[in-house]
Amino acid sequence: MSRVAAYLPIAAVVALAAVVPLVVTSNTVINFLVFTLIVAVAAQGWNLLGGYGGQYSFGHAAFFGTGAYVTALLQTQAGWNPWATVLLGILAGAAVGAVIGFLSFRSGLRGSYFALITLAFAEVFRILANAAGITGGAAGVLIRLDVRPENFQFASRGTFFWVGLAVVAIGLVLTRAIERSRFGAHLVAVRENEDAARALGVDPLRVKLLAITLSAGLTAASGGLYAQYFLFLDAGIAYGAWISVEALVAPIIGGIGTVFGPLVGAVVLQGLGHLTGHLAGEIPGISLVVFGALLILAVAFAPDGATGMAGRLWRRWRRPATPTTTPTATGGERC
Amino acid sequence: MLRVEHVTRRFGGLVAVNDVSLTVAPGRITGLIGPNGAGKTTLFAVIAGFVAPSAGRVLLDDIDVTAEPPHRRAVRGIARTFQVVQPFAGLTVRENIAVGAHLRHRARAEALCRAEAIAAEVGLSAALDEPAAGLTVAGRKRLELARALATEPRLLLLDEVLAGLNPSEIRDMIPVVRGLRDRGITILMVEHVMQAVMALSEHIYVLAEGRLIAEGAPETVARDARVIEAYLGHGAAARLDRARAGHG
Ligand SMILES: Nc1ncnc2c1ncn2[C@@H]1O[C@H](COP(=O)(O)OP(=O)(O)OP(=O)(O)O)[C@@H](O)[C@H]1O
Ligand SMILES: [Mg+2]
Repeated sequence: MSRVAAYLPIAAVVALAAVVPLVVTSNTVINFLVFTLIVAVAAQGWNLLGGYGGQYSFGHAAFFGTGAYVTALLQTQAGWNPWATVLLGILAGAAVGAVIGFLSFRSGLRGSYFALITLAFAEVFRILANAAGITGGAAGVLIRLDVRPENFQFASRGTFFWVGLAVVAIGLVLTRAIERSRFGAHLVAVRENEDAARALGVDPLRVKLLAITLSAGLTAASGGLYAQYFLFLDAGIAYGAWISVEALVAPIIGGIGTVFGPLVGAVVLQGLGHLTGHLAGEIPGISLVVFGALLILAVAFAPDGATGMAGRLWRRWRRPATPTTTPTATGGERC
Repeated sequence: MLRVEHVTRRFGGLVAVNDVSLTVAPGRITGLIGPNGAGKTTLFAVIAGFVAPSAGRVLLDDIDVTAEPPHRRAVRGIARTFQVVQPFAGLTVRENIAVGAHLRHRARAEALCRAEAIAAEVGLSAALDEPAAGLTVAGRKRLELARALATEPRLLLLDEVLAGLNPSEIRDMIPVVRGLRDRGITILMVEHVMQAVMALSEHIYVLAEGRLIAEGAPETVARDARVIEAYLGHGAAARLDRARAGHG
C-alpha cells in the first residue's frame, strides 16, 4: 500500500469531522461529540496495546487518571500553563505505563493475569487519590474558569472539538504508522505467537514495553483533555473503572487492532448510550447495560467489530458490480 | 561453526538430554536422528536458547552463547523451525515471513518484498495472501522454513520439516533443503524420514534416551549395531545379522 493510500482515509475522515462544528450549533450535541472524542483517544491508546499487542488491560484508568491529575494539579498547585501540563501529563502517564509494564511483563504475566494486575493498579491509584491531600481527596480538584486560548479554555465549544479532533488525528496517524513499521510487525507477531516471534529475533519484553508506554501516553492525553474540558476531577472520575471499560469496549465494538476501530466504537457506544439514556430516562447504570449487550453482540456476531462488518457488507454489495478488483492488503508493491 | 559441549537438560527426574557434545561443521548438512523421546527437540531448544541447559555450554563460532536469549541468538544467525508448527495464525503468509525478514530489514516494504522472494523459493507463492491458519500441513511446514530463512541465518535448525508430508511432497522438499546448503547455510536437521536424512546429511549424530550413541557418515551409522538396537529394540541387530546370514 502506498503512503498516500495509507493515510488518505485518515485525512478524509478528519476533514469531514472538522466541518461538524460549522454545521452543528447545538451545545448539547457538541458537548456529546467532545466527550466522544475524549473517549476515542483513550480507546486508541488501549488499542495499541490490546488490539495490536494482544495484551488486554482492564486498568487503562491508571493512565487516564495520571494524565488528568498531573495536568490539573501542575496547573492548580504549581500554576503552570495547561498546554505544558497536558504534555507533562502525557509523559507521566507514559512513565506509569512503562513501570506497570515492566513489573508485569518482566514477571511474564499474560492474559487474564495481566488484565487483573492492571485492574489492581488502577484501583490502588483510585484509593490513593481519594485519600491523598494533594489531589483534593474526596472533594476533588477544580480548575478555575479562565477563558483564554493560551489557558486551554475557549469561548466556543466547537474550538475544543477541533482540539480533541486533532488529538484523535494524531492517534490515527500514530496507529497507522505503527501498522506500517517494523515495530508494528513485531507487536502483532508477539500477539499471535510469542515463541515464534522470539525465534525470529523479536524481543517480546522490549516490544511490549514500548507498546504499553505509547498506549499509556495516548490514554493519558485523553485524561488531560478531560481535565481541561470539564475543569473538574475526582478519584472516581480519573481512576474509575468507567474509563477502563470505555477504553476497552470501544475498540472491541469498533474493530480491534484496526486504525479506525476505536473511533468508530466510541461513536457507536456513546451514540447508543445517549439514545437509550433519552428513551429509558436516567435509569442508573443503563449505559453499562448497553455496553454489555453491545459487547455480547459484537463478540457473537462481529468479532472483527463494526469496521470489519462494514467492510464485509461493502465487499458483498460491490462484488456484482466490480468482480475482481479487490486489491490485496499489502500486494501490488514493486519488488 | 556450532559446538555443543557436555549439555545436559533435566525435567524433574527425567534426563531429556544427557551429557551431549557435538559439533556442526560450516557449510554442511548434519543430521540428528533418534527414536521418539530421545531428546532431539530439547537439544534444539537448548541450542536456540529456548531452554536453558542444566549443565554444559553452547558455542557459536567459539563464542559462548549459553546465557543469551533466543532473539539475541537469532541476530547472531541461528534460526530454528518448530516441530509443532507455530504460525502467526491471524496473519497472511506474506506477513508471517515478513516478520522474519524484518530481522535484517527495517523498512516494511523491503521486508514484504523479501517475503515474496522467499515464498517463491519454498513454493508458497500461490498462498502469499492467504491467512496462515488456512494452510495445509505441508504448507505450514513450508511456512516454518520460509520464516526461518527470512532471518537470513547462518545456522538453520530444522526440526522434522518433512514429517506429515506425503512422498511426493518430500521429494519436492529435498532439493529445497539441498539448495539452502549450496547457498552456504549450515544445516542441522532432525528427521525421522530415513531415506531423506540419509540422502541429505554428510554427517549424522544418533541420540537415544538423551545420550549420543553413535556418529559418523550416513552409511556407517546405518550399519551401527547400537543404532539398530535403539530403533528396533534389544537384540534387533543380532536378529538382523542372523537373518542376513540365513539368506546369504
Ligand atoms: N518441557 C518439558 N517438560 C517435561 N518433560 C519434557 C519437556 N520437554 C520434553 N520433555 C521430555 O523430554 C524427553 C525428550 O523429549 P524431546 O521432545 O526432546 O524428544 P524428541 O527426540 O524430539 O522426540 P520426537 O522424535 O518424538 O520429537 C521426552 O521424554 C519428553 O517427554
Ligand atoms: Mg522432537
